[in-house]
Amino acid sequence: MTTSDETRKAVIDRIRTALGAASLDRTRRAAVTRRLELHPRGTIPARAAASREACVALLSEMLAAQGADVRLVTTGREAVAAIASYLGTCNLPPRLRMGRDLILAALPWREAWDIERAIGPAEAGDRAALSRAAVAAAETGTLFVASGTDNPTTLNFLPEAHTILLAAADIVGSYEEAWDRLRSVYGEGRLPRAVNLISGPSRTADIEQTIVRGAHGPRHLLVLIFG
Amino acid sequence: MDQPKHDFKQRAAQALGDTRLQKALQNVKRGFVEKRQAAKTKLPEFDRLREDARAIKDHTLSHLDLYLEAFERKVIESGGNVHYAPAAADARDIVLQLCQEVGAKLVTKGKSMVSEEIGLNAHLNAAKIEVVETDLGEYIVQLRGERPSHLIAPVIHLNRETIEADFRRAHQRLPYARRLDQPEHLVAEARAVLREKFLAADVGITGANLLIAETGSAVIVTNEGNGDLTATLPRTHIVVASIEKIVPTLEDAATILRLLARSATGQEITTYTTFLTGPRRDADPDGPLAYHVVLLDNGRSEMLGNEFADMLRCIRCGACLNHCPVYGAIGGHAYGTVYPGPMGAVLTPQLEGIDRARDLPNASSFCGRCEAVCPMDIPLPDMLRAWRERDFARGNPSRSERLLLKLWAYAAKRPRLYHALASFVARSLVRRGGPRGRLSHLPLAQSWTVTRDLPAPQGKTFHSLYARARKREARR
Repeated sequence: MTTSDETRKAVIDRIRTALGAASLDRTRRAAVTRRLELHPRGTIPARAAASREACVALLSEMLAAQGADVRLVTTGREAVAAIASYLGTCNLPPRLRMGRDLILAALPWREAWDIERAIGPAEAGDRAALSRAAVAAAETGTLFVASGTDNPTTLNFLPEAHTILLAAADIVGSYEEAWDRLRSVYGEGRLPRAVNLISGPSRTADIEQTIVRGAHGPRHLLVLIFG
Repeated sequence: MDQPKHDFKQRAAQALGDTRLQKALQNVKRGFVEKRQAAKTKLPEFDRLREDARAIKDHTLSHLDLYLEAFERKVIESGGNVHYAPAAADARDIVLQLCQEVGAKLVTKGKSMVSEEIGLNAHLNAAKIEVVETDLGEYIVQLRGERPSHLIAPVIHLNRETIEADFRRAHQRLPYARRLDQPEHLVAEARAVLREKFLAADVGITGANLLIAETGSAVIVTNEGNGDLTATLPRTHIVVASIEKIVPTLEDAATILRLLARSATGQEITTYTTFLTGPRRDADPDGPLAYHVVLLDNGRSEMLGNEFADMLRCIRCGACLNHCPVYGAIGGHAYGTVYPGPMGAVLTPQLEGIDRARDLPNASSFCGRCEAVCPMDIPLPDMLRAWRERDFARGNPSRSERLLLKLWAYAAKRPRLYHALASFVARSLVRRGGPRGRLSHLPLAQSWTVTRDLPAPQGKTFHSLYARARKREARR
């Protein structure tokens, strides 16, 4: 767009005029830089300041209240078995789409020999997918799934059933702790292309305020808490 | 689709007599008011978060130029593009041009009030581009050629039967004998129809609930997942957002997100909250190849410097609509504007001019519930009053209105005259009220008495009762 610099200047100048601010005002610039660098925390709900065990319990409780199915598993074998039986419960064929996540690849898939696995982003015909959450915030039962080859974004939305593996060690209390986890992986001020916060299966209440599951995304969400 | 601005009173009267609409509006209380209260009770920190959120927005707005520049740098760093649109027409032209550059024929859209504000769909349609709304409610209003009647529940004015009829009319290639008598059937049908559109679309357009300067991210909040399919599947993703959506950091976004869903639907959090930062990265197997953010001003920079600046804190949760007795009585369409309810009555005169919207600030009883429930602590009644003052200063009210106000002011400044007149009026109204104590006719006030009785006064004015009580007190 040839005029983009002009329109940009027009908008920014209008804002400065309205605020009565000078563009080179050092105090204002310093305030902004400081805030972006320090990213101070605000009020964090007391419910998020809990022990790891309490966080696992809160996360499970919140997810269940929001329509997800939650299983605690302690071995890879249990995880794979839970996925297999979930697909059966949802009346789906034993086929699973997943990314290149190493932890998911290392699950003992031979134990569930009948599950057919396809690697890559989701396609129109895929009915079930498996992802791994990078971190989860217990305060509202919210899983953070980061995009990339490991866990393609389309897995979260196209299939009817979505299963997500979450290491118990990756459960934190608050959103703020989750952001710090992601900063430690991706760097300050950086995020992967998409971070999907998922707190239940897809739903809508648009028709007469009646909640119906499976609006556009998955009807079924299984969360496996591992560890 | 553009409704005339001037007949608010007529549309409100129609809405009051529309029994189907009245039945549908019952869902507002059942669906939103009670659930919001329950969610607020479950979070003891709610009021502190509200103070934090207000402070975040006030800080951001007073440094808006700098945060926009920081945001823009981050978007570019992540491979995206930023376009500034001073006015609505600029924004729709930019979006059209971006669509035409990639030869788009089909565009899917996530729910976006800003796209309603700039009249985007009609503009793209005029250039032979098919636009499909993918939020279920928005899809239904699009089929009907209507506007959404609520910020977050676009078809709150409709009943299931009406939607069934719309689907039968719109989806004629499906067998007529199919069942559509439950919401589940309608949702499943929309899912199947829209899935094809998601997969075929050339461009996806969404709004943004927040923009984050720290990372250059756009945040999209949905329950359906339609915003995510719109943002992920097409080769180009365009975010259309107004400039005041920006917050500094991820922490600031967290604070506001804690208030948004609870205030809107009474959920702890929406099912999906998505942070999008730029186009597909080198190794990514999915996501758009091109990513654009269109930043709309359209009057907001002017608001920064006037008495309506607080309105820029609004996060479009809809709580003020849900708790407004006027909205609850007439629904969203009667306002005839993109943004309905109390927040719309403050915003619309700024966007369209007070001359086109002068009924809106008057459609309020100043009960104050909107301000009480606003998660961003916006003084909506004060701002409605400010619009009334501006309107009056422009000489908008009729001569007779001005004359009456002058007469009242004359009397009010002369206490003896005022008391004498008041007790005369009170006594004569008691007589007219008869044994029922109600007035069904009143000269000069037919517009009140035509739809309901006016309770007659008790016979004494407040001043005379007060004087008598004082005397009694003194005697003790």
